[in-house]
Amino acid sequence: MQQTYQPIDARPMPGLSTGVLAWLKTNLFSSPGNSIKTLVVLAIVLWALYGAMGWTLTNAVFGASLEACNSLRGIGACWGVVTEKGRLIVMGRYPDTEHWRPVIATALMLGVVGISCMPRFWNKALPLIWVVMLVVYFTLMKGGVLGLTEVPTDQWGGLPLTVMLTVVSMTMAFPLSVFVALGRRSNMPAIKTLCTLYVELIRGVPLITVLFMASFMLPLFMPEGVQIDVLIRVVVGITLFSAAYMAEVVRGGLQALPKGQTEAAATLGLSYWQTQRKIVLPQALSMVVPSLMNTFIGMFKDTSLVTIVSLYELTGALALALNADADWRPFKLEAYFFITLIYFVFCFAMSRYSLWVEKRTAVSKVR
Amino acid sequence: MSNQSMIEARPLPAKKRRSISWNSREGRSVIYQVVAIASVATLIWLLVRNTLRNMRERGIQSGYDFMGQPFGFDVSETMIPYDVMSTYWTAFSIGMLNTLKVALIGIVLATILGTLIGVGRFSPNFLLRKICYWYVEFFRNVPIYLQLLIWYIVFTEVLPSFEEAWQVGHFYLSKNGFSFPWPVWQLGQTLALIGLVLGVVGSWLYARKASKHFDLTGQQRPVLLVSLALIVGLALLGWLAGGAPTGWSLPVKGDFQIEEGAAFSPEFSALLLGLVLYTASFIAEIVRSGISSVSLGQHEAAASLGLSKRQSMRLVVLPQALRVIIPPLTSQYLNLTKNSSLAVAIGYPDLVSIANTTLNQTGRAIEALSIVMLVYLTLSLITSALMNWFNASAAIQER
Repeated sequence: MQQTYQPIDARPMPGLSTGVLAWLKTNLFSSPGNSIKTLVVLAIVLWALYGAMGWTLTNAVFGASLEACNSLRGIGACWGVVTEKGRLIVMGRYPDTEHWRPVIATALMLGVVGISCMPRFWNKALPLIWVVMLVVYFTLMKGGVLGLTEVPTDQWGGLPLTVMLTVVSMTMAFPLSVFVALGRRSNMPAIKTLCTLYVELIRGVPLITVLFMASFMLPLFMPEGVQIDVLIRVVVGITLFSAAYMAEVVRGGLQALPKGQTEAAATLGLSYWQTQRKIVLPQALSMVVPSLMNTFIGMFKDTSLVTIVSLYELTGALALALNADADWRPFKLEAYFFITLIYFVFCFAMSRYSLWVEKRTAVSKVR
Repeated sequence: MSNQSMIEARPLPAKKRRSISWNSREGRSVIYQVVAIASVATLIWLLVRNTLRNMRERGIQSGYDFMGQPFGFDVSETMIPYDVMSTYWTAFSIGMLNTLKVALIGIVLATILGTLIGVGRFSPNFLLRKICYWYVEFFRNVPIYLQLLIWYIVFTEVLPSFEEAWQVGHFYLSKNGFSFPWPVWQLGQTLALIGLVLGVVGSWLYARKASKHFDLTGQQRPVLLVSLALIVGLALLGWLAGGAPTGWSLPVKGDFQIEEGAAFSPEFSALLLGLVLYTASFIAEIVRSGISSVSLGQHEAAASLGLSKRQSMRLVVLPQALRVIIPPLTSQYLNLTKNSSLAVAIGYPDLVSIANTTLNQTGRAIEALSIVMLVYLTLSLITSALMNWFNASAAIQER
């Protein structure tokens, strides 16, 4: 029997794998259950967005007009409170005519922090730049020299104070934390115990109790006639607090380092401090930069607590600006959203940076 | 023939000289430690001396004797009754119980929400994935203090008054707080609770036995089913033994507030909501990193052994993920407890705000703060001890 050659049909074209439709299918409608989920979530999101749009944009008042705000209460947001009080919220009680000083000083501080984040600038000049920046910062803020009028520290406030508290206390906490972390890994029992006690005691209590202590108890600890400015006391409190948390982060880095590194250093005849400075710390610290960044973000957020001991940083300045003014006080929620945005922008930027560093160290580990 | 003679034994090693010298490592370490201890001791001595002198000069009294006196201020929320004669001991106990209440409920809720969101980051659904991502980014990048203030305003100003309370079934939400039905507590409920606890203990014991049995013989026992049966069965038994009470106290709108049922005050609700939403964002990240820390090879190996998706999740992936998840989870639980101290800003009478009031009334700053610190330290130590124990059982059994 003769067989004729019968070509089989060509296989069907593969389903869409690129383009909008394919993306929709894999990500939103891959299965019936998934499709239902998508539709339900989409409905909720759209409904919420629609409601939020009405309140935040279409019905909102943007001008600083009290009548307009009052007439639309509960229907639209009153962003006029930001227009009216924004300056007071961001700058705190710093004298109006001198606002250029904290603006320049804070910009300088943020600039130096910014360049410190770029590995290109990690060299010997950096500590010097920091010292110069801090001197210029405090001269500008405090005044009293070079024809600048003096502004006492209890008038500092707003965003400049938030930034300063974070940056200054973290800068001081960092070296302290390295010593404490080394101390916890030391083989001298007394030093190990002291460092462990310090870290565990501080980490066991909330920041607010440390701040209460700085504000109520530190004055009692001082010798006769010595009075310390409340700002300094709070900076010391935050420094001691964050140093304990950073010490644990640094200790994590030290633990992750293979023992062979210290042994190799010992073979080369390096002393303890030489080993730490040239071999251990550079490797351990670069490993924990992302976690250190997280501590930094945490401290930036936690500075909001100093309001409780009457320092008027961003959150405190808001209360200061609105509590005294019965007309605008009803629109506190809008003002809170405004500073929420400020905090979010700062913290989100820092967390992006931390991710970038993480990716970078991951790349450098590939040979 | 040479006479082989034995060489003499080597002399005993010279006895190590134990002298404290700068030239030996041991010597230096002794000196360092003595200096460290001496300077810390001096610092403490100086602080104590200054404090005592300052207190004498300013006429500040010290000592814990005030704890026995009546406290005489109003506490808005309490789990134990007090009257005008109640002492500061009672006040601090009220504060501590309030802290524990918000911390325990908060930990349970934050764990559930955080786990859901963390798992949601792996959803095949794009929308869910993105929502979970932005939830985490938003809530963890705004200070908890600010979030609490915002929730407090929402509860005290934005929500409707109790007459126009939002109502779903028998649940009410208004400026009065959150009201919900609660069973009328009778003997049956107590017995059911005891049954529940016994059931949990029993199923824990059974799970341990089953796991030993599995290690020895490789045979699995229906742990989940037996546990469920034990817990539900014993609770039901207790309830029936107590006469099967079915009374519910339902909240109703009264003339001045929502009455009956059980309620969370606006302060408590704001605090709880703020703490749960904030901590959940951190827990979600921990869960996500835990799950993604289990390498893909593990899933594949489990599949090639013929384990079903659920089995591979339960027997292969989760035990390994938990090892990564538990230590940071512990510190989040502690953080939630410590953050509950921010209640002082929104007027929920937790330990810190009671201490703050006490401090303002009696002027005993050191004493009041020391009690607060002691309580938090004890809580931290107990939690980390518990978690270390759990962690040890989840850790890799190394050689």
